[in-house]
Amino acid sequence: MSKTNPSLVPSGRSLSLLGKANLQQYVVYLGFLAIFLFFAIVLRDSGFLTVRNLSNIVLQTAPVTIMAIGLVFVLSAGEIDLSIGSIVAVSALAGAVAMNGYGITAGIAAGLCAGLLIGLVNGVLVAYVRLPSFLVTLATMGLFAGVARSLTDLRSIPVTNSAFTGFFGSGTLLGIPSLVWWTVGAICIGHIVYRHTRFGAHVLATGDNNRAASVSGISVPRIRLTVLMMSGVLASLAGLLYAGRLQAAKYTLGETDLMTVIAAVIVGGTLLNGGKGSIIGALVGSLMMGMLNNGLILMGLSVSDQMIVRGLIILAAVAVSLREKSR
Amino acid sequence: MTVTDVSPVLKLTDIRKNFDAVTAIENFSLDIFPGEIVALVGDNGAGKSTLIKIISGVYAPSAGTITIEGETVTMASASMARAHGIEVVYQDLALADQQTVYMNMFLGREPVNRFGLLDRGKMISDTEKLVQELDVRIPSAHATIRDLSGGQRQGVAIARATHWASKLILLDEPTAALGVAETAKVEAIVQSLKTRNIGVLIISHSLDQVFKLSDRICVLRRGKQIGIRKTSETDKNEIVSMITGVN
Repeated sequence: MSKTNPSLVPSGRSLSLLGKANLQQYVVYLGFLAIFLFFAIVLRDSGFLTVRNLSNIVLQTAPVTIMAIGLVFVLSAGEIDLSIGSIVAVSALAGAVAMNGYGITAGIAAGLCAGLLIGLVNGVLVAYVRLPSFLVTLATMGLFAGVARSLTDLRSIPVTNSAFTGFFGSGTLLGIPSLVWWTVGAICIGHIVYRHTRFGAHVLATGDNNRAASVSGISVPRIRLTVLMMSGVLASLAGLLYAGRLQAAKYTLGETDLMTVIAAVIVGGTLLNGGKGSIIGALVGSLMMGMLNNGLILMGLSVSDQMIVRGLIILAAVAVSLREKSR
Repeated sequence: MTVTDVSPVLKLTDIRKNFDAVTAIENFSLDIFPGEIVALVGDNGAGKSTLIKIISGVYAPSAGTITIEGETVTMASASMARAHGIEVVYQDLALADQQTVYMNMFLGREPVNRFGLLDRGKMISDTEKLVQELDVRIPSAHATIRDLSGGQRQGVAIARATHWASKLILLDEPTAALGVAETAKVEAIVQSLKTRNIGVLIISHSLDQVFKLSDRICVLRRGKQIGIRKTSETDKNEIVSMITGVN
């Protein structure tokens, strides 16, 4: 179909739009490449380019990537989930406590159920009580950060079950670390659900124009509930991955992840106000954040300087990707 | 148009709608036949939108019956109206702007393959076939809605309704936001719907358009049905005086 009537479509305009659409898809990859090259040159003598360091970046990024997948769905549906960091802590602690008392199955179940339940609370309040997700999840973020602190009186809980730490943390399968398997598996499933199922299409339609979705027979409340529950479960999976890798659960887990996850997702091409996004982009965005973290540490920046530089770079990246998208 | 020897796709009999103590529509009756375009005209607040909402299943009438091809139906939702072969082109078009044309065409009714995954191939080929048939000139089925002009969007919304409607299409002010050339294009698309043997009910403020497109004109004033005229047997003066109530 290229029957283009010049009186209806000024072809120059539509051509430039096409060019822009392509550019915006590549911003995240170009940014990734630029940061990678910068560190590869500046840190050539500090071990940035070693296999060990690069694979470390991937391993450290796994929980953020998992959370980012959930957030792509939430943002695409036109909502937000600020409570993911708190869900990480509550899930890791609930999982660790249950595992130490009742074994690995109980531990995994408790961890995932914690995320599912918090996601359910968020989802019901947003979808059926019709409260804005920003306020609901802002409140549950604080609420469950408090729960995480009181759950074990600020104590750290050791995770010693070797099957668990192998499965969720330091183990390998076919020579590939389990955290890589988790990342690849979650990204593949997330991408297929997002791009190739009716559910994914309905999430995008809901975030794009919820009235259009609704008159087309899509249950908008059910979509909102589902994405927030998915986000909850994925955040609790991230909590279990932290617990497995660090062999301990503590209320501080996930505390600083929210900004990183949001930045990864936005830089990866997902719109903050819904209707458009990318799971693969979120993966690249998340790896970019991990690389940034790693490189700044290797450069010897103090923690406070790291925070400032990271904040500035995220600001620049987000500004560039948003400018490309809103025309 | 042979109106006499076929049964109407939609038959409204003594439809009334009250909102608490206010009567928005009283004793409205209208038959729409396949291949016919009926225009619904009236001043602001005459009850046109209420009527559209009743036919599209958004409001239940307080009294009266809706018959679709001989079968009396109760419609509790827009989905039920759709299941009965009635599609609405809303004034705001109800298009998801950042999605492609083909995704909008199948919004909420996406076909899937045997693995349960979206059948994009079918969506794209069906979309291309339909926009070609209706002569909706869009760059491609892959185009994003927000990159289209107002007329193209309207064309997509009408094409979507045409694809799914088996009985009736309701058009709510289809050209209100369009320029001259685009209006002509959309009018041509509406006219082409006649060959598809579905009924069309169009709301329009433009009498020129009403006279150009419709077979019959139904006039509403303050919720009352003032009358129905064959377009070929009336003129603008008569319709205007029916709308305003001033001779």
